[in-house]
Amino acid sequence: MPESMTSPPPPVSAAPRGAISLSGITRIFAGAIPAVDRVDLEIQAGEFFTLLGPSGCGKTTLLRMIAGFETPDAGRILISGREMQDVPAHQRAVNTVFQSYALFPHLNVEQNIGFGLRMQGVKSPERKKRVDAIMELLQIGQFATRNAAQLSGGQRQRVALARALVNEPEVVLLDEPLSALDAKLRNELQIELLRMQKRLGMTFIFVTHDQHEALVMSDRIAVMSKGRLQQVGPVLDVYEKPRNVFVAEFLGLSNIWPINPLGGGLAETAIGRLQITTPIGAERLAMIRPEKIWIFNADNTPANTPNVFPGIVREAIYMGAATQYRIELATGGFILAYDTNNQAAERSWRAGEAVAVELKPNNIMLIDA
Amino acid sequence: MKTAVQTEARARSIRLWITSGPGLFWIILFLLIPSIVLLGIGFFTANDYGSPVLPLTTTPFQQVAGFSLLGWDDGNIIILLRSLEQAVIATVVSALLSYPIVFFIMTRPAALRPLLLLFVILPSWTNQVVRTYAWLELLGPNAPVTWLAHALGIVPPDLGIAPGAFAVTTGLAYNYLPYMIVPLYASAEKLDWTLVEAGRDLYASGIRLFWHAVFPQTVPGLLSGVIFVAIPAFGDYIVPQLLGGDKSLMIGSLIANQFTETPDWPYGAALTIITLVFTGAGLVAFRILTRRIGGSGEATI
Repeated sequence: MPESMTSPPPPVSAAPRGAISLSGITRIFAGAIPAVDRVDLEIQAGEFFTLLGPSGCGKTTLLRMIAGFETPDAGRILISGREMQDVPAHQRAVNTVFQSYALFPHLNVEQNIGFGLRMQGVKSPERKKRVDAIMELLQIGQFATRNAAQLSGGQRQRVALARALVNEPEVVLLDEPLSALDAKLRNELQIELLRMQKRLGMTFIFVTHDQHEALVMSDRIAVMSKGRLQQVGPVLDVYEKPRNVFVAEFLGLSNIWPINPLGGGLAETAIGRLQITTPIGAERLAMIRPEKIWIFNADNTPANTPNVFPGIVREAIYMGAATQYRIELATGGFILAYDTNNQAAERSWRAGEAVAVELKPNNIMLIDA
Repeated sequence: MKTAVQTEARARSIRLWITSGPGLFWIILFLLIPSIVLLGIGFFTANDYGSPVLPLTTTPFQQVAGFSLLGWDDGNIIILLRSLEQAVIATVVSALLSYPIVFFIMTRPAALRPLLLLFVILPSWTNQVVRTYAWLELLGPNAPVTWLAHALGIVPPDLGIAPGAFAVTTGLAYNYLPYMIVPLYASAEKLDWTLVEAGRDLYASGIRLFWHAVFPQTVPGLLSGVIFVAIPAFGDYIVPQLLGGDKSLMIGSLIANQFTETPDWPYGAALTIITLVFTGAGLVAFRILTRRIGGSGEATI
């Protein structure tokens, strides 16, 4: 085979196939603030890992450095334990699903999918077998001879995925692959993508700005902002125990108040005195998710329970499965609360009604600014 | 009373005339009328001074096909084939030269690109005759390039590269290079670099990356360039006249001769019409061919 098949560098560590290790990765464009700033990250083999963050946070740049389209200004990338410093994109056992799909317009579906194999010198009987197998897996066999321009968004997305998977790469990189699709199709493909990943056991690194998508799909999430990793962890941890205000707010709605520790698990806040289970350390903010707040009718307020505050519903937004309430507390300030609509309508409250809210002490998290 | 529909139809037809009128006028005045006049002249008999006189005859067209008082002669066929060969070579050479130039310009800083493009176009603002004379000097008997040709034994001593077939190819490729570069640049400027990244991602590099991810995207520009270069090169007059010499006569010179040196207007007119028909047929064939080989690659003019 031609130049592309020079042997990869020898492993420098005994990391399994598909594991990625980033250390001190920095990328600075034209002297501005770093797009990616000293990122250290370990991604396990076979993991569905998501880089989550707002646009411009550096997540795509990070992905492009793993793919080899960008070179880090500092730091080290290991893929399957091999140093990637001097390995160009076309020699990395990594394949990308692009946001725009980037299907070759002059090739049909079959040829698009077989392109990577062809470039690697896989000859036709074997190549056709593998292309057919992946097309069957993704249910796109009936489009084999169609041109990319004749496909719908969802079909294109499947072809782009097939084109990456057919090479059996060590790592699959997905750059917002679902962002161009409508909500229903997106949900379907999220699940399909997830099943595909579990079935093939490949490492997937998924870039998105959609927190819901990140929650649905990932084993672990890295939340990025301004080129820095804000928090890395399993989905549950990142959502339930955010480290700082950015993570808390990016992953969903939250109530956040500055605290003034009083000792004995008590703290003074804008809504009143709160009892908190978590030992109060250096953090100076308390956070609680709206769905962790219990709402009671005013005449049914629990007695002898900590963190119960009376208030008046100021806004009730019906959202189908749940209703979002904005409640003005008697002690001052507003609180955001969710209540699932799993009961008959009489359990809903209207604007102006008197209620009481309970913030269970173990649901209150302490976070950094 | 007029209905709204009638008024609308009237307005539409006025708009149509205003927008397509000038173009139509141009084509009628400068293409259709002269062609009809030439077609007419082609059926006259030439008098001793070459002017068209009665009676009407098809002799000029027979002359074009190679028949004369002395029987059939392959001279015209050879000239036609030579013109075709020169046009093809000039087109291929200019295309091969254009790619590196276009990608050189494209990869310069954005502010510099219009200037570089201007340098490419600038020479075509001066007279073609002047530039062709310059080539006559550059490829003449005492030019350094010719010394090299002498040393290599390609050209006999004391002779220049010009006049000769090679000089004609050089002159044509040089002269029409901007007409290849400009459309190619236009399509290369719209290049989707994500496709290039997809190519790299899928293990392509170097020449294979260019061939699979870059070249197909430039095909529409290339095809336009082919038309812009091949057609005028086929019928060029100045370059073969100045750089060609007697043995490199092309169709353009042959036609010109019938109106100047050895006047025979009806024969010249018939040659012109036949050339026009050939060019038109070639253009149509080329369009059909390109539409067939690549759906996205149809030539746009």
